[in-house]
Amino acid sequence: MIEGNVWKFGRDIDTDLIIAGRYCNISDPDELAKHVFEDFDPTFAGRFVPGDVVVADANFGCGSSREVAPLCLKAAGVAAVVAPFFARIFYRNAINIGLPIFELPDAARYFEQGQGIRIDPDKGTVVNLSDGTSLQAVAFPQFMQKIIGAGGLLQYAGERLRGLENDR
Amino acid sequence: MAMTMTEKILAAHAGLSGVHPGQIINAKVDLVLANELSAVVAIEEFGKIRGAEKVFDPRKVVIVPDHFTPNKDIQSAQVAKKVREFALAQQTLYFEVGRTGIEHVLLPEQGLVRPGMLVIGGDSHTCTYGGVGAFATGVGSTDVAVAWALGEVWLKVPPTIRLEFRGKKRPWVSGKDLILYAVARLGVDGATYSALEFTGEGIADLSVAERLTMANMAIEAGAKNGIFAVDAKTESYVRDATDLSYTVYESDPEAEYAQTVVFDMADIEPQVAFPHLPSNSKPVAEAGDLSIDQVVIGSCTNGRIEDLRVAAALLKGKKVHPRVRCIVIPGTQKVYLRALQEGLLETFIQADCVVSTPTCGPCLGGHMGILAEGERCVSTTNRNFVGRMGHVQSEVYLAGPAVAAASALSGQISGPEEL
Repeated sequence: MIEGNVWKFGRDIDTDLIIAGRYCNISDPDELAKHVFEDFDPTFAGRFVPGDVVVADANFGCGSSREVAPLCLKAAGVAAVVAPFFARIFYRNAINIGLPIFELPDAARYFEQGQGIRIDPDKGTVVNLSDGTSLQAVAFPQFMQKIIGAGGLLQYAGERLRGLENDR
Repeated sequence: MAMTMTEKILAAHAGLSGVHPGQIINAKVDLVLANELSAVVAIEEFGKIRGAEKVFDPRKVVIVPDHFTPNKDIQSAQVAKKVREFALAQQTLYFEVGRTGIEHVLLPEQGLVRPGMLVIGGDSHTCTYGGVGAFATGVGSTDVAVAWALGEVWLKVPPTIRLEFRGKKRPWVSGKDLILYAVARLGVDGATYSALEFTGEGIADLSVAERLTMANMAIEAGAKNGIFAVDAKTESYVRDATDLSYTVYESDPEAEYAQTVVFDMADIEPQVAFPHLPSNSKPVAEAGDLSIDQVVIGSCTNGRIEDLRVAAALLKGKKVHPRVRCIVIPGTQKVYLRALQEGLLETFIQADCVVSTPTCGPCLGGHMGILAEGERCVSTTNRNFVGRMGHVQSEVYLAGPAVAAASALSGQISGPEEL
């Protein structure tokens, strides 16, 4: 169960805003986390409480394919990102590295900055703890569930690689 | 079953006779690209895949250090070193500084991407290769690592949106203006998860360079890929680059499209996209009086010889406005040499431009032209997000090479017709 407070964002939050290009030669996730959302709000990293949840409007993670974007959100302690939909590369990257994301229609309409939020990742239920509204996130396609179930794409790939080698 | 080009390429690489939008497939990849920034993360991830020691086929793995090269600082040098060592150990295709260029200018030029191929790359602008009739899409580093190991990638078959450009180009309009106009119409999320297929008389008239420019920015509408039909121009371009074989796929006339958007070329003037989204485009004639500090001509969008020719023709015998820094970045060593042979570099230098070695550099705020607080830049690159080229309060205006060169001369955002 994920429970924390909401950090609210608008639409079209691009990966340059999540982590600026100038930091993309850093691979240490904890170092990256110090600069999360820096160009959006330089005080964000200092104020964000690990375990809290990002709720954004549509098209979260658009732009660059930089995997350091979901990596630094995860390292900063973002427990989940909830948005109506994600830009496709960000969506793949988040699943691949194990940053919990939830597609929730009109997500931004149901939450205000600082409100309490509880997410049941297995059931996909998202609750606004401040006003009690209970919502249902879009279920992941079966194939994605297989990747998540395997423990991420790398684990899935290891299994698949063995399968391919047995076929040869 | 009737299919689009995109669907046919995906079906062929998944070993299926047909695919439909929404279907999830495992597809064989013909080429896996990474630059030094995506590769350095992918190398870590590759090491975590149980049983993965060698890449599936070193001739189908290409690594291009181009973002922060020539190394801009120690951190970047460390990254480049790690990536170089991996490339040499794995014997992948690798282009070192001096032989390299901006990945999406380099790969088509080298004949490494050809019609009908399925290419994935650890860079969102991998979609550029749809300009030569390939299916190409950007992914993250973990997907790259897994494709290195397996030689395949899982993909959801995208619905295709057809963009039809009717009529003929107006003067000074280039592929860049068409794509800025189209992205403005679609919105930055207008094509999310979809394929964009560019069609119509207006497209047939474009050079392959302009098609690569347009496919490059399909991602700016959120698309998975952008794609163009293969014609005599494509075949001639590819034949000049390589003797390697390729397969041409055509969309069936009865193929199903999610939607068709029609553009009248008569409506499309030279464009400029205002901060801070590529979709904030308007005719340059409506830009108003906006003085500028810098111009960048180059990048994976507009760093080809054709782009440099357009800029040089406007700059020849003139001087860049005294307040403006004009930075010209040929996309590859080959483009650089060609520009030298054609006298374009002399034109640029005599016009008071600086000419840089090929690099992505300023486009993503790396180096070679970072903006200070409050500065304004007209750039032929593809993104104008907040802080993209430097200070969080700097501004990037996206345009084609003609508008960029005209603005460099006048010192404010202006179209070539105003000169």
